[in-house]
Amino acid sequence: MENTSGLSGAALPASYFSTATSSFIDFLKTQAPELLPSPERAARLPVSGLEVPHGTTIVAVTFDGGVLIAGDRRATTGNLIANRDMDKVHVTDEYSAVGIAGTAGLALDMVRLYAVELGHYEKLEGVPLSLDGKTNKLAAMVKANLDAAMAGLAVVPLFVGYDTEAADSRRGGRIVSYDVAGGRYEEFGGYHAIGSGSMFAKSALKKLYDPDAGAEGAIRAAVEALYDAADDDTATGGPDLARRIFPTVVTVTAEDGALPLPAEQAEAVAEAVVNARAEAARPR
Amino acid sequence: MTMPLYASPEQVLRERSELARKGIARGRSVAVLKYADGVLFVAENPSTTLHKLSEIYDRIGFAAVGRYSEFENLRVAGIRHADLKGLQFDRRDVSARALANAYAASLGSIFTEQLKPFEVEVCVAEIGATSEEDQLFRLTYDGSIGDEPRFVVMGGHADTITTKLKESYEPGLALVDAVKIAVDALRSPTTTGSGSAANGNGDSEPVKLEVAVLDRNRPRRAFKRIEGAALEAVLPAPDKGDAAKDDAEAGKTEDEQKDGDSAKE
Repeated sequence: MENTSGLSGAALPASYFSTATSSFIDFLKTQAPELLPSPERAARLPVSGLEVPHGTTIVAVTFDGGVLIAGDRRATTGNLIANRDMDKVHVTDEYSAVGIAGTAGLALDMVRLYAVELGHYEKLEGVPLSLDGKTNKLAAMVKANLDAAMAGLAVVPLFVGYDTEAADSRRGGRIVSYDVAGGRYEEFGGYHAIGSGSMFAKSALKKLYDPDAGAEGAIRAAVEALYDAADDDTATGGPDLARRIFPTVVTVTAEDGALPLPAEQAEAVAEAVVNARAEAARPR
Repeated sequence: MTMPLYASPEQVLRERSELARKGIARGRSVAVLKYADGVLFVAENPSTTLHKLSEIYDRIGFAAVGRYSEFENLRVAGIRHADLKGLQFDRRDVSARALANAYAASLGSIFTEQLKPFEVEVCVAEIGATSEEDQLFRLTYDGSIGDEPRFVVMGGHADTITTKLKESYEPGLALVDAVKIAVDALRSPTTTGSGSAANGNGDSEPVKLEVAVLDRNRPRRAFKRIEGAALEAVLPAPDKGDAAKDDAEAGKTEDEQKDGDSAKE
C-alpha cells in the first residue's frame, strides 16, 4: 500500500489498511492521537483546585436472569450543582453498560470511546469481545488515565454485563468495579456502588439485595439505594418531582440485551419510593 | 541495467482492467437491492466465516466480490474511516457518500499506481428515514463510482443476473419477496445450462447463501445477518415444498431464531 499515498488527498491513508490491530484505540494512537484522552498534558498541570463538574453515585445490582445499573442525575462543581439531569449510565454494546463517577468531562469521553472500541472490534472481527475481554479493555483505559487522576481528574467506571457464555443463564449478570489505577475487581456479592454516595447506597443494598428477585425487584432496590445516597450525600441528586428528573436505569438480560428503562417506568418506580418514604416518615 | 520494454499508458491500463475483470468474473455473485424496509444483500458464498457482506456503521452496509484479502482490506479501512468520523463529529455525520468517495479515490490510485489493481467490486449501501433516501453506491476496480436507484449486481454472471432482476424487480417489495427474486436471479445462470459447470459444484447442490439486511426498523445498528432458521424462513421453499414438516417445526424455528439473534449481536 506504500505508493497509494501521494496522489489523491481523498484516498484512505495507508495506515487504514493495516492489519496489525483490531483495536480502535490503537488505531487512533497512530492516526488521530488528538482524539484520545491525553493524560500527559494533564500530568504537566500543577495539582490545583481546578473546579470541574463531578458525577456521583452509581449502583449496580444483579438479579435473576440479568443485571442492572442505575445512577442519579446530578453533577457538582464544589458545593454547586453543575448539572441536574446528566446521564451517567451508558449502554456500551449489546450486552454491557457502564456507569461513571468522577470528572464528568473525561468520564463521558472515556465511555464514548469505549463504546466505539467495542463496536469497532465486533465489526472487524465478526464476533464481539468476551465479557472478560471487555472488562480488561476498560481497565486499560482507566489505567491510561492515571496521570490525569494524579492531577486530580480521576475517573472511575462501574461495568455491568451479561455473560452470554455463562453456565447458568439465570446468573449471567456480572458486575466489575475499578480503582483509579486501573485495578479490576469482579463483584461476586451481587451488588456494588461507586461515587460519593456509594457508602450509603451500598449500606442500603446490603439490606435490600435479594439474589432471587426479578428485574422489577432489583430496580426498586436500586432506586431505594439511590434515594438513601441522596438523603445523606449532598452531591447525589434524589428523584426531583418538581422537574420530573428521575434516576437512569439500564437493565442487561439475555433476551433483550442492554436496555435503558423507559422514562415512564423509572418515574413510576421513583414516585413509589418517594411515597413510601413519605408514608414511613409520617408521625403516628 | 536492462531497460523495461516500453508500453503505452493506454495499453498498461487496458491490461490491468483485463486482469481485474477476469479476476472478478471468476467469483460468485452478490446482489444488493432496495426493499420496503431498507436494503437487502444476498451473496453466493460457500464459506460461513469469510463474509462478503458486512456492517460498516449504524446505517451503512458493505458488500463485495472478487479477491477476499483485497476487499477485506477495504472493509477494514472503511470501518476505521466511519468510526473515526463518528468519534470526531457525531454518529449522524457518517455517510455512505463520503465513504464511497474515499473508496473510489483509494481504488483509483491503486489502479493507476500499483503493478496489480485490486480485483474487487464493492457496493456501499446506506439506509435513510424512508425508502427514497436509501442509497446504493457501486465501486469498481478502477475507482469508478456510480449510484444505483434500484439494485446492484456484482461478480461472475452479473449481466445475466441483472437482466433477470430487471424483469422481476419492483420498488417496495417485502423482505420475503425481495429474497425470492434475488435468489432466483442469482441462481438463474447456473440453471440455464453452461453456468452450472462454471460454478464448479454441479447442479445438484445450490451454493450456500449469505443474506443480510439493513433494516430501518431496527433501533441503532440497522445491519443484521439472516442466518440459520431465520434464513430458512425467508428463503423460497424448494419445489417439493413440505408444508406439513414446516408447520411441525415452526415453534422450534422461532426459538432458534431468537437464540441466533442474541448470540450474534
